[in-house]
Amino acid sequence: MINFQYSRATDVADAILLLAAHPGAKLIAGGTNLIDLMKENVEEPSRLIDISRLPLRKVEETADGGVRIGALVPNSDLAYHPLIEQRYPLLASAILAGASAQLRNMASVGGNLMQRTRCAYFYDTATPCNKRTPGSGCSAIDGVNRNHAVLGTSASCIATNPSDMSVALAALEALVLIAGASGERTMALTDFHRLPGDTPHIDTNLGAAEIITAIELPPRGFARNYSYLKIRDRLSYAFALVSVAAALELDGNAISQARVALGGVAHKPWRSLEAEKALHGQNATVDHFSRAADLLLQGARAYAHNGFKVELARRAIVRTLMQAANATPQSQAHKKIV
Amino acid sequence: MADAANQIPDRIPINLVVNGVRRTLDLVPWTTLLDALRDHLALTGSKKGCDHGQCGACTVLVDGRRVNSCLTLAVMKDGAEITTVEGLARDGALHPLQQAFIDHDAFQCGYCTPGQICSAVGLLAEGRARDTDEIRELMSGNLCRCGAYPNIVAAIRQAMGEP
Repeated sequence: MINFQYSRATDVADAILLLAAHPGAKLIAGGTNLIDLMKENVEEPSRLIDISRLPLRKVEETADGGVRIGALVPNSDLAYHPLIEQRYPLLASAILAGASAQLRNMASVGGNLMQRTRCAYFYDTATPCNKRTPGSGCSAIDGVNRNHAVLGTSASCIATNPSDMSVALAALEALVLIAGASGERTMALTDFHRLPGDTPHIDTNLGAAEIITAIELPPRGFARNYSYLKIRDRLSYAFALVSVAAALELDGNAISQARVALGGVAHKPWRSLEAEKALHGQNATVDHFSRAADLLLQGARAYAHNGFKVELARRAIVRTLMQAANATPQSQAHKKIV
Repeated sequence: MADAANQIPDRIPINLVVNGVRRTLDLVPWTTLLDALRDHLALTGSKKGCDHGQCGACTVLVDGRRVNSCLTLAVMKDGAEITTVEGLARDGALHPLQQAFIDHDAFQCGYCTPGQICSAVGLLAEGRARDTDEIRELMSGNLCRCGAYPNIVAAIRQAMGEP
């Protein structure tokens, strides 16, 4: 790890001032990803600005019937919060599918949104990587790319976003609340993460001297018909090969609302409004779910080792939608896939 | 003003209560909590396995919550209460989980054991594990290369008061 300076922010405004004053600085909250990347010399901030003591730890109901989650709420506290367990169980389930109990105790909600790809070449400073060193090339495109993206890739980068939480937040149409020197703004979670394009070193649309202060969930929580299914190489404590967050509202057997988001397949949580629209008014059947899967995976492009992900995703989408329709959500502890 | 490259910052005074004892340290900011415990306080029970949060051997309790001390900066925990495996026994009597690990032979080489036990203390405090599947899932952040998992689960079940 390189040497760095350390500051403790006294409030959100102070954190923004410190970020603006120190261009090489980074915010730190839980630190579970950043400190790891610093040990690998992938991240080399000149200064860490400690925001872990800022008062951004509330989970509270909003006037419109939604829920606002402070950016520093630990992942575990959020997953077990009664408002989330009862009204947004898809989010609770996705969080508990990720990382380990220790890491969830440390990691903040805002930090989860900011975590970087686990592409092995991004981590290996001996190899070219456009995300780590812009312009150096992508080692994954012609390298070992079994874990890499099949949707929304570019000639510069085929990395995936590793977050489970973000996949559920995308399906729930969460908003990200952001503070900066010029005030506060709100961004849809689905606009927060970027596709790699020719600037894969820029993961998100957060500005250089901005800070995430909260995440807001709209009132619709899909508490009855939901499921988060994560497919990985071992049953626990591994990143997704493919994950699916599915949420439905049913009128009898007819679908009145449908949301599907994919993890492990793209540089951001992947949704297709076309696929969701195609489900509206249809019965909850395998045929209709297969059609939605086709639409979600439209344009998928496989590389040398990850072609299996397209068919795996197709089947996982159908299975997760069936779990949601049957109100038999995937358990993250009892691993049998029903 | 930009931060000068490679400028060594001042050491930062840090207060910790470690296993009930107040300790004051002057540390450079990149000192992890694990290194502070092992190298500055000579508490070598917490182990450095992977040093990347993947193995759980460094698990300690910070203000009662289990965390990976290798991914925690000591300076960020100024004022916190830390419990390591050295702080679990009371008046010469082993913590029930320590005794349960012995009763069930829940280790072979023992390297992961301090982290397993601290993690299990956190697990019991959280109260989220109700059956074997949930114990296994919620202990998945602690790897045992010897493969003592069945006995680790049995030890935790004993400490939970389960048969």
